[in-house]
Amino acid sequence: MRRLLQWIFGRIPIGWLQLTHKRGRFMAALAGVAFANVLVFVQLGIMNSMSTATLRPYEFFRADIMISASDANAMTEGGNVARQWMLQAFADPDITDGLGLFVGKAAWDRGERDITFTTFGIDPGRPEFLAPIITSEIGLLQVHDVAVVDRLARGLSPEEAAAIRPHTPLSFETQGRTLTALGTFAGGGGFGGDGYMLVSDQTFLSLFATRSSSAPDHILLHVRPGVDVADVVQRLRGLISDTTVRIRSYADAAQEELRYQQTQRPTGVIFGFGVLIGVLVGLVIVYQVLSADVADHMREYATFKAMGYGPQFFFGIVVEEALVLGILGFVPGLAFGTAILTFMAKVTTLPLAMTSSMAVMVFLGTVVFSIVSGAIATRRLTAADPADLF
Amino acid sequence: MAVQDGDMVVKARGLNHWFGEGEARKQALFDINLSLPRGSLTVLMGPSGSGKTTLLTLLGCLRTVQDGSVLLAGTELFDASEAKLTKLRQRLGFIFQSHNLHESLTALQNVMMGVQVHNGVPDDLAKRAGARALDLVGLSDRLHYLPGNLSGGQKQRVAVARALVGNPEMVLADEPTAALDKDSAADVVDLLKRLGAARNTTTLLVTHDNRILDRADSILTLEDGRIVSVSGG
Repeated sequence: MRRLLQWIFGRIPIGWLQLTHKRGRFMAALAGVAFANVLVFVQLGIMNSMSTATLRPYEFFRADIMISASDANAMTEGGNVARQWMLQAFADPDITDGLGLFVGKAAWDRGERDITFTTFGIDPGRPEFLAPIITSEIGLLQVHDVAVVDRLARGLSPEEAAAIRPHTPLSFETQGRTLTALGTFAGGGGFGGDGYMLVSDQTFLSLFATRSSSAPDHILLHVRPGVDVADVVQRLRGLISDTTVRIRSYADAAQEELRYQQTQRPTGVIFGFGVLIGVLVGLVIVYQVLSADVADHMREYATFKAMGYGPQFFFGIVVEEALVLGILGFVPGLAFGTAILTFMAKVTTLPLAMTSSMAVMVFLGTVVFSIVSGAIATRRLTAADPADLF
Repeated sequence: MAVQDGDMVVKARGLNHWFGEGEARKQALFDINLSLPRGSLTVLMGPSGSGKTTLLTLLGCLRTVQDGSVLLAGTELFDASEAKLTKLRQRLGFIFQSHNLHESLTALQNVMMGVQVHNGVPDDLAKRAGARALDLVGLSDRLHYLPGNLSGGQKQRVAVARALVGNPEMVLADEPTAALDKDSAADVVDLLKRLGAARNTTTLLVTHDNRILDRADSILTLEDGRIVSVSGG
């Protein structure tokens, strides 16, 4: 480190020597920076997991266009839409296929703790609307009151999930009916439920007696290959009689929900503030360390000033110290952050994980904010008057 | 032999200096005229509050000259910018009463700082110059000692090496022997005189220490901001 700094700054690494001269204080400073890093990592991890969890149900289906109710800000929220809009959409020559998608919440009563499944009802004869992770299981749904459940659901043990197979089915009570789980797929717990469940549209309507087959939650459409989806969306908006329904490309619907979850929902806003607070805490810690260090060495700095060293030299020392703190504080921060996220993922079954993009982002942020803190701390150096040395 | 003007490192004419403004204005120096020949050792004496430190800081480019003229190695200091003063200070050496060594740098690194102030000096050259300067002050066996592990006299000798390593035009020393015992004080002044003469470096030394007056080429005495006597050492 010392040689590297000497090479970078082309002089004796005074910043490094100053910091390491008092090892106890140096370790405390690194612990402070690492703590701020952990704070940011955890908040970013939660925020990322929210994005992953939000987009997860979109990965279960294959569609080009989605028609939803005007208040459907999320796939699992909002009112329903009339099936007749799907029939109207077929009037467009580029629409090749359509499917009504039903969404509801069903709780599996397990005594001590229920498992709440976000339940999707689909026509089991339309595998082309399902992602490969589900397609192989869809044939099972042809039988009434059969379900395919999320083996990653919160509250469902891996052993219990692994045992669910067509020859060893699992029956359970939900919505006052007995369902039989014959297969599983990899979903994952989210913020709105413990996991996902797929049933046929007929089973769905049995589970949710107030729902009608003529009013699914969303309509999924396929367009002719090679056609510009945006153009078709535009045409459908003129074609469908109900101008209040939301007609969007499937990809846009996912991104709009993500934005909604991150910026409109309290949880998203809170996590966003968490990241901001982590950054501010880090900034304050690094500033305090550097500022105290500058104050401690004011006499030495004044001596260097007397010797003819200019402002750039002092800025260089503080930047050097900021880099040392930022880089060396990041390493334990990354290790602890990864450990905490792994632990949290295990406990919550949320898709919490350290990603390389998070690590790079936090590292660059730490270095930049450390330098900003250093730049602020150098302002104290103007108080070092060499004439006062005499 | 008369000293020529061109041999003068410092030439001050009609130098006045004050602190504060209006009714709070307090004049510290009055019409100072002095010349310091190259390679000489001049002792500046006087009671506390006589203006010694103010004069030292003005000649050391640590304050702006408000009134009068000071030529330092041919450069006028009156109205000089902060950047110009900083640049000029690179041509000076400073020794302080409390040595002011950087506690986390070794003796060698502290001395190297006196060379590296000149941009572009390669590290190995600075290291060699620093080691040579420490050898000259008798500390070749203490190169890698931190100041905390050196005695008071050794620290002050490191400070002398740091002040001289860059071959300055002039060394300004403020009570460099105040915290030293008699032998160490004599050592430090002898070093300054010997090395200064060898390198043709002018030394201006502020002191109350009568033990070292016999080493001076000239003695200036200040009282109430005025030079009241100039005598040979």
